[in-house]
Amino acid sequence: MEKVIMNRFALILLLSNLFISLAYADLSTPVTHYNAFNTHEKILANGLKVIVKVDKRAPVVVSQVWYKVGSSYEYDGITGVSHVLEHMMFKGTKKHPPGEFSKIIAENGGRENAFTGRDYTAYFQQLEKRRLPISFELEADRMRNVVLLEEEFKKEIQVVMEERRMRTEDNPQALTYEQFSATAYVNSGYHWPIIGWMNDLENMDVDDLAKWYQTWYVPNNATVVVVGDIEPNEVFALAEKHYGPIPAGKVNRPKPRIERKQRGKRFVEVKAPAKVPYMLMGYQTASIGDAEHDWEPYALEVLAGVLDGGISARMEKHLVREQQIAASIGVGYDAFTPGKELFMFSGTPANNYDVKDLENAIRKQIKIISETMVEDKELDRVKAQVIAGKVYEKDSIFYQAMSIGTLETTGLGWRLAEKYVDNIKKVTKEQIQTVAKKYLIDDYLTIGVLNPQVIQQANNSVGGGSHAH
Amino acid sequence: MLIKTILISLCLFVTSIQAAPKIQHWVTDNGVRIYFFPTHELPMMDFRVVFDAGAARDGEKHGLALLTNGLLAEGAANWNASEIAEQFEGVGATFSNSSHRDMAVLSLRSLTDPKLLNVATKAFSTVLTAPSFPQKAFDRERNRLLISLERQKQSPDSISNKAFYEALYEKHPYAHLATGDIDSVKSINVNDLKTFYKKYYVSQNAVVALVGDLTRKQAEALVDQIFKSMGSGVRAPKIAPVPTLSENKNVDIFFPSTQSHILLGQPGIKRGDNDYFPLYVANHVLGGSGLVSTLSDEIREKRGLAYSSYSYFVPMREKGPFIMGLQTKNESAGEALTVLREVLRKFVNNGPTQAELDAAKKNLVGGFALRIASNKKIVENLASIGFYQMPLDYLDTYIKNIESVTLDQVKNAFKRHINPDKMATVVVGDAKKTQKN
Repeated sequence: MEKVIMNRFALILLLSNLFISLAYADLSTPVTHYNAFNTHEKILANGLKVIVKVDKRAPVVVSQVWYKVGSSYEYDGITGVSHVLEHMMFKGTKKHPPGEFSKIIAENGGRENAFTGRDYTAYFQQLEKRRLPISFELEADRMRNVVLLEEEFKKEIQVVMEERRMRTEDNPQALTYEQFSATAYVNSGYHWPIIGWMNDLENMDVDDLAKWYQTWYVPNNATVVVVGDIEPNEVFALAEKHYGPIPAGKVNRPKPRIERKQRGKRFVEVKAPAKVPYMLMGYQTASIGDAEHDWEPYALEVLAGVLDGGISARMEKHLVREQQIAASIGVGYDAFTPGKELFMFSGTPANNYDVKDLENAIRKQIKIISETMVEDKELDRVKAQVIAGKVYEKDSIFYQAMSIGTLETTGLGWRLAEKYVDNIKKVTKEQIQTVAKKYLIDDYLTIGVLNPQVIQQANNSVGGGSHAH
Repeated sequence: MLIKTILISLCLFVTSIQAAPKIQHWVTDNGVRIYFFPTHELPMMDFRVVFDAGAARDGEKHGLALLTNGLLAEGAANWNASEIAEQFEGVGATFSNSSHRDMAVLSLRSLTDPKLLNVATKAFSTVLTAPSFPQKAFDRERNRLLISLERQKQSPDSISNKAFYEALYEKHPYAHLATGDIDSVKSINVNDLKTFYKKYYVSQNAVVALVGDLTRKQAEALVDQIFKSMGSGVRAPKIAPVPTLSENKNVDIFFPSTQSHILLGQPGIKRGDNDYFPLYVANHVLGGSGLVSTLSDEIREKRGLAYSSYSYFVPMREKGPFIMGLQTKNESAGEALTVLREVLRKFVNNGPTQAELDAAKKNLVGGFALRIASNKKIVENLASIGFYQMPLDYLDTYIKNIESVTLDQVKNAFKRHINPDKMATVVVGDAKKTQKN
């Protein structure tokens, strides 16, 4: 379930953790040795927002630049352009030739990468704290001065297509998820994959990128997030120096393209060479961005926790261990998005069962939780996990910065995370039942199924000596 | 699982920037080796136990170590799996386990509020010292493992990994995946697990890494509480040395994918090898530093052949692999393999330039602070230091060790360790579409 593409090098593990941090985002709940007011914000005259969070545990800093543009801003024919541009952002400026950005960061002991999501594109460096100015100088430079060379583009688009082959074309579960999303989302920008359709990549040109870059890469469409052992005023002064001189641009927000309400069940099947079946069930629900009542997304988060927030939760307990219908199962919901979000079930049936059995077993659990109040014990467990998770999250300055950046670029604002624990604590058993009844119904359901096809065989060879390809 | 092994192995190069709290080390009465690093900023702690009970101990029953590790939390004392999980999750603690070639790992992360920590600790101790290996849970977990083995067969990446280790290690215990294979897993029964557990999950065979908001006294009490009812047993014996490859070896496996997955390598080095630092810095230039590495420059930046191309050493108890890899569309597989081999041959013959070496050292030294910037990273480092018996001042001397690496050492070490004429090459993909050259 790929909602973000980490780029440049394969940071797959990191990727799988991005949403854990998001789900448990909190920015200023006091913890031992911490004060509550360690996040600071300043907006420069050119519209650039700078957010600084002080964390003095280690003499390091993470610096991120978030642009409000991602795959959901795209349209037919240029899907994947946000992500390709992200690749090209490492290909040099007037001042720094291709490759130099990465070399400078490397020589300063830094780590860098970038990632593209549905609603944002972000770049980051992690450095020893005194090297923060290097990050600011380079990022400010490439905010407006990237040189998009045809020859570099021709190679890089090949790299992106290889990335797509690796992530999607040769991965039957990813292929299924892609078709599933294109079915569940009809008219919003979540319809196509972040990496884009292969055919659009094949026909992309450097002008598509230039337009995209000119349109979105301006200070008034960006947020700089810095977390680490730094003083906010020094960071603000540094931001004035490097980003301050960049003129604001004119940003036309894309048309809303709000996903229309679903009217009836949808189904999609994907046939691909595979050995093991796989199934996705997604119910169209609301998120913090568009919920009818403020508490609904939090109730949905707790609902997901009751169903699947651990080994003792209902799905693992009943479907994997007791009934043994599922070999694996997962439930996912992300409250912190701007628009309609899917409440997801995904899984693989156990031996002697098929995807239909798995679907029925999941539906049965939905029926139970819609008709019977959850137990106190379950609710307490979810709340204990959320409270602990907020402490654990502080072990990583990177995830703290991720939380701030994600909330900012999805339009919700980082302060929302401050109230996360309180909002979760307020969720009642009745509210959990209400959202289950309201949203987990057939009219809002999309099912995606992987139908494994025989993997053709050929004679394989093992050779010795000097045989070469 | 492979990824986890690599991460654990690669993340070890860490140090303490804060001069004050050094790693504290002691051995309990029943032989558990403890590595403790107090950090008081957050009210939490990470407790990691590592047993010398990885897949290298499987014998003929490949998958045995992994199943044993996986069954610990499926039943212990009078609790079933749900009741065990409720103990941890009810206090917001996270329990996890994993099994690799060298190591079997159990981890607990908990808040340090005594009311919560006590519950988590008691459950952790029970799982560790009183697993019941219920037959029903065993049957279920074995079935789930069989399904995940089926799933490996639909991934060219998994297929290439499996074939690579088999080619490199032949009859050595490192040759098979921790997950085993379908036939071997089917041959395992619950008594095999009990026997394996009794032999290897003993305090003499355990190393503990502990990091968090605890005093020394609290740490000692915690360890005692967790291990008090574990038998002392004996340490696992040495495993056999890894033979070098006698000749080039090529394995081509057909798979109907759009890309070919290419792996190239040979047995590399052990933990504690004298050439460790020269080789580590050298590989940083060759393929260990992401986009700025030579390999990435030749494969990706100059030719657009792959999204990811890399090389690394995985130092293990015995010689872990030296691996180079990439994945490219079938049509480019021949070209990519040629470039991969040329880059390696040139690097072995000429080594890096002085400028490249200096840049790599700057990156490693300058980035040192990042390697120990969280409890999670520190506990990973402690576990490796303890398990592989690296010096206690490993972190304190890390920067000095990197800085003292010379160009001559690097060239010399790479030539001695890596022979481009005796490499195992695995290519998984649709060879019909591959241009031979």
